[in-house]
Amino acid sequence: MPVDILMPALSPTMEKGNLSKWLKNEGDKVKSGDIIAEIETDKATMEVEAVDEGVLAKILVPAGTQDVAVNTRIAVIAADGETVGDTSAPASAPAVAAPAPVSAPAVHHAPLADAHAYDASIEVPDGTEFVTQTMREALRDAMAEEMRRDEDVYVMGEEVAEYQGAYKITQGLLQEFGEHRVVDTPITEHGFAGLAVGSAFAGLKPVVEFMTFNFAMQAIDHIINSAAKTLYMSGGQMGCSIVFRGPNGAAARVAAQHSQDYTAWYSNVPGLLVVSPSNAADAKGLLKAAIRNPNPVVFLENEILYGQSGQVPKLDDFVLPLGKARIARAGTDVTLVSFSIGMTYALKAADELAAQGINAEVIDLRTIRPMDIETVLASVRKTGRCLTIEEGWPQSGVGSEISAQIMEHAFDWLDAPVKRITGKDVPMPYAANLEKLALPTVGEIVEAVKAVCYR
Amino acid sequence: MATAARKAAPKAAAKPALRKNALPREFSKDEDLKAYREMLLIRRFEEKAGQMYGMGLIGGFCHLYIGQEAVVVGVEMAQKDGDQVITSYRDHGHMIACGMDPKGVMAELTGRRGGLSKGKGGSMHMFSVEKQFYGGHGIVGAQVPLGTGLAFANRYKKNGQVSIVYFGDGAANQGQVYESFNMAELWKLPVVYVIENNRYAMGTSVSRASAQTDFSKRGISFNIPGEQVDGMDVRAVRDAAERAIQWCRDGKGPYILEMQTYRYRGHSMSDPAKYRSKDEVQKMREEHDPIEQVRARLLKQWKLAEDDLKSVDADVRLIVNDAAEFATHDPEPDPSELWTDILK
Repeated sequence: MPVDILMPALSPTMEKGNLSKWLKNEGDKVKSGDIIAEIETDKATMEVEAVDEGVLAKILVPAGTQDVAVNTRIAVIAADGETVGDTSAPASAPAVAAPAPVSAPAVHHAPLADAHAYDASIEVPDGTEFVTQTMREALRDAMAEEMRRDEDVYVMGEEVAEYQGAYKITQGLLQEFGEHRVVDTPITEHGFAGLAVGSAFAGLKPVVEFMTFNFAMQAIDHIINSAAKTLYMSGGQMGCSIVFRGPNGAAARVAAQHSQDYTAWYSNVPGLLVVSPSNAADAKGLLKAAIRNPNPVVFLENEILYGQSGQVPKLDDFVLPLGKARIARAGTDVTLVSFSIGMTYALKAADELAAQGINAEVIDLRTIRPMDIETVLASVRKTGRCLTIEEGWPQSGVGSEISAQIMEHAFDWLDAPVKRITGKDVPMPYAANLEKLALPTVGEIVEAVKAVCYR
Repeated sequence: MATAARKAAPKAAAKPALRKNALPREFSKDEDLKAYREMLLIRRFEEKAGQMYGMGLIGGFCHLYIGQEAVVVGVEMAQKDGDQVITSYRDHGHMIACGMDPKGVMAELTGRRGGLSKGKGGSMHMFSVEKQFYGGHGIVGAQVPLGTGLAFANRYKKNGQVSIVYFGDGAANQGQVYESFNMAELWKLPVVYVIENNRYAMGTSVSRASAQTDFSKRGISFNIPGEQVDGMDVRAVRDAAERAIQWCRDGKGPYILEMQTYRYRGHSMSDPAKYRSKDEVQKMREEHDPIEQVRARLLKQWKLAEDDLKSVDADVRLIVNDAAEFATHDPEPDPSELWTDILK
């Protein structure tokens, strides 16, 4: 059967081209791979190769023809000795299944018209005993418990084993689990992050410690391109259960390169979960959940919070749900939304505000992606006012997202504009006084709340 | 002077002549037939993909493997079941050699629901848990630490498997490759790094991009052994791959194979390949074509008749045409697929 040669598209955007030259004549034998013609586009001259074997029976578009549309029949190849019949018929378009009309995207958020707040009080049963622990100890226990529970869980990072952790978060793990499962790496973030993702493709469950998230910028290609996108790109076949954890945000007096909050960066990426706890109990329950989660989780800790003690439930297996906020303090007049160290400012501000007769509700997001916007909306519909608090920069920050969501879903309930309290829009300075100025303060929150309460 | 240096003529591209290894172990007739069929299947598949790209059925980027077939087929002949494979975006040949369904590969190229990634990955992103093929990665060099991680998992699980990590002469200049080499040797991970040196990183020849053009030496400072292999001779490829894989399986750590090969087509479909001469391409095709070498052996050494080979050709064409037919008529993904497979 004769085979049509069609004017090929040679780039994703080409619609037509010039047929500059035929390199074979009618009657010539051709075989796969032979160059038969040259085509000129606005970008380049390209060669057309034969894919089929036979005789170039008929040239339908002569050399020198300009603006030949893609998919026009330009020649016919026949098997040896075969005759070619009617060649004048216009080319039929290649059979491309007509694309189905794309309907409006399926609603993937829960309907928000009747948002309900999540009740975190159910997380710890009545009568539970508590132990006082630092966040550092709580994080260590979370890893140790999950490593005892599942042999596939291992910890990897710089100084996590022999040194016991640059911030002592992995203290004792090497002694209990050995160097096979507590792996000191060279200083090679890009490499070990990629290696850990590869091991997760093969079924292991790595907990990757970055000494700080500032250094994870070296590895961000693997966190996003390799870890977050593979499940989607593989049509659901190959996922990646992995936790990237370490201190995030400003510490104290370490200047711009060691003091960045990456929460908003990672929270922008579909395919990732982003968690950032504010206290020891949440740190434990959320890290255990993160390690068990089959998806990549970015777990953002805070160096200043590591040494702070909290009451951690004494339960055999304390696992918190990801994607659920916690109402840290109930109130009626204004909603303060924060996470991680921002909660320290928010709760202090709420105390001061109470003394001034303003009853603030404080929400700890805990998980930034997926964000429990329902709990925020339910609160805002009650209070009519909202402030967000974070150490990160203002533009495209977590507060900007919350503010937009409130505009879309609770505009009619607002009695004042949503306000964002953020780190200042500058690289972090070193000088003690300037560093203080660059970070949010309790005073700023109190003033802003009074402004939106018209007080 | 900097200006003078800039004006100096660029170094000539590497000469097409290939280094010949010591004579590789001969193939049996069955092995030659198998290699012939596998390589031909990849070539015909890629030619068809190029044609379908030209018809607008395949979109975006499409990187063809034509000319390099002996590399992946030879290495595959040295692998055992369970050994993992990972590569870059020039991945169609690797998937076919792994035994992944050509229909599923072609339907992924056309972005249809029967594609191996349900139409959501495209030419550069396909995976198969069943065939231990780990992609399909679009960021140059990213597959190297990922594949090293597969080897880490092998050591962790003590399963005796070896990870085969393919990357090109271009990727060989990425920093993460050396981070991986360091950890692989430090921890004695079972990983074979197969550097497919096809002489051009997109349009930049090896001599214009690499201070050390002998890629087998790229592991020297990490104590990783390496060898240069005639990547156009499938027997030499299998030979070297067997040595490398055995080295890894014996727990001696990683191994580097530089496969000296050549891509006949441009970097991607939209590359006119003006950075090299037509004579250079023609010379490789005429004198070193991996398929023609096996074909000649089948006819002369094994006394097969032209008709015997024609029937192999016909089988291969049938598979490729079926794949093209399926990939053309399979429906596009359901719009609801937009929202699936983001999280488990």
